Amino acid sequence: MTVISATDLVKRYGEVAAVDGVSFEVAPGESFGLLGPNGAGKSTTMRMVGAVSTRTAGELTVLGLDPDEFGPEIRARLGVVPQQDNLDNELRVRENLLTYGRYFGLPRRLIAERADELLEFAQLADRGDAKVDELSGGMKRRLTIARALINEPRILLLDEPTTGLDPQARHILWDRLFRLKEQGTTLLLTTHYMDEAEQLCDRLVVVDHGRIMAEGSPAALIRQYSTREVLEVRFGSERNAAAAAALADVGDRLEVLPDRVLVYADDGEAALVEVTARGLQPLTSLVRRSSLEDVFLRLTGRSLIE
Amino acid sequence: MSSEDRLELRRAAVRPRAFGAWYVTEHHVRIWRRYLGVNVATAIGTPFMFLLAFGIGLGLLVNANAGPGGVDGVSYLVFIAPALIATSAVTIASDEFSYPVMQGLKWNPIYIGMHATPITARQVVDGLVLFVALRVTATTFVYFLIMAAFGGVPAASGVLTVPVATFTALAFGTPLFAYAATLREDRGQFAVVQRVLVLPLTLFSGTLFPLEQLPAFLQPIGWLSPLWHGAELGRVVGYGAERPLWLTAVHLAFLVVLALAGWRLAVRVMRGRLDA
Repeated sequence: MTVISATDLVKRYGEVAAVDGVSFEVAPGESFGLLGPNGAGKSTTMRMVGAVSTRTAGELTVLGLDPDEFGPEIRARLGVVPQQDNLDNELRVRENLLTYGRYFGLPRRLIAERADELLEFAQLADRGDAKVDELSGGMKRRLTIARALINEPRILLLDEPTTGLDPQARHILWDRLFRLKEQGTTLLLTTHYMDEAEQLCDRLVVVDHGRIMAEGSPAALIRQYSTREVLEVRFGSERNAAAAAALADVGDRLEVLPDRVLVYADDGEAALVEVTARGLQPLTSLVRRSSLEDVFLRLTGRSLIE
Repeated sequence: MSSEDRLELRRAAVRPRAFGAWYVTEHHVRIWRRYLGVNVATAIGTPFMFLLAFGIGLGLLVNANAGPGGVDGVSYLVFIAPALIATSAVTIASDEFSYPVMQGLKWNPIYIGMHATPITARQVVDGLVLFVALRVTATTFVYFLIMAAFGGVPAASGVLTVPVATFTALAFGTPLFAYAATLREDRGQFAVVQRVLVLPLTLFSGTLFPLEQLPAFLQPIGWLSPLWHGAELGRVVGYGAERPLWLTAVHLAFLVVLALAGWRLAVRVMRGRLDA
């Protein structure tokens, strides 16, 4: 049983394939992520699932329905949080929820009740009469999420939900999303932040150039594509390459970045001992656990955020 | 998913499929209400301004020179009143179908927000057209009342100048809507539309003087202008101007065809913009 099922999904703009044969399935109540850099085809995939972009090829069902035929029916059961805020700046905060609720054909009384509950949920109860322009970025995003919940959606689509927010605003938002997840709402989200993916996703696909590079839970992906720990050493930008040559057989694998050398090893401290034993003195060193960033680096040879 | 669930999902958009355009109209009305004071003041102030300038100011001069026959057999105010009503309708349409369209797609993309709900691209278009039709009808009705109070619309059928003006507004407005929906960048296109389209049309569409008074080579501007067709149709209903029946039919057909063609085109363009 799945709520979203995509098979060999393709979206082409002229010669360019923004999405180039993507397949995945999402189960009810699952929190599923599309992780990849900007331009990987995440948002395009999202828009096809959201029934606002017609696929070029492949199969897609959302809640068992084909978006080509049942766009309005699918959208009636989705909540959408787009990357670019599209709240109505000419209306007040609460009014934004009221007008939006009408688009689902809901009775005004029900919308008004839900609007008050959702403002509470979004921690905006005291800002109902404020102008949208007066809200901070994080508040606007919370209002957009509240708006997306007005129809009690079965699936919530979140496109880069915390991009552009400061750390504190991100944590507040994650907390809200985590509550939804606990309540059993199915989440489909795109992100290029590995920490966001690790916090929110039960399962995710790593996407690059419109294709899926890997699929699994964050922990499983890290196990499969990386070591338990990573040692980060800096020797100064000119000396990193030379030092890396001397470290070739330390740890399982090396990754040489412009500003540092990553040594993949299950025991990072032991690797650091080995580095100093070879007479190399790093300017700084850091042992950390592997993350999805390392998975991405391994799969594509590039980092997530350029 | 159970079969019951499947059925429920298929019925999820029954109301939006039926009334979606109206929900979009509601949204526009709500925004319009935010500027209620300005909107009402303009709706009442504009006709008085034109009444003063043309009906009384210019009118005295024209009536004195036109002789006992007047213009087209009536006083100057009666001659221009239906045209002024139609012109005010076109002005509203040119406001509503220009910047707000680009705003809804780009600067504050509320159309994209609407389309993320069960609302279709067609309903986004229909809802705005319906709103503009309502707004134009309400405003020109006020205009009509004021003109009529000063004897500008003597015929019993005078109130029909209002629907005529609404048709004129849509005939001019829906093609503009379609054009506005194609724009991705603001390079001053709407200012150009104002200057090279709206302003000349207002002046050379047989609004303030009969089209026949223009040199023959300029008269085709009028024939292509929705405003000329609207003003002439307005005169027929406004003071019973004597025009051949076929010409009146042409006026009506021109307005209806242009309004519907622009409307269809706007739906097509908007589909391309919202489903990409």
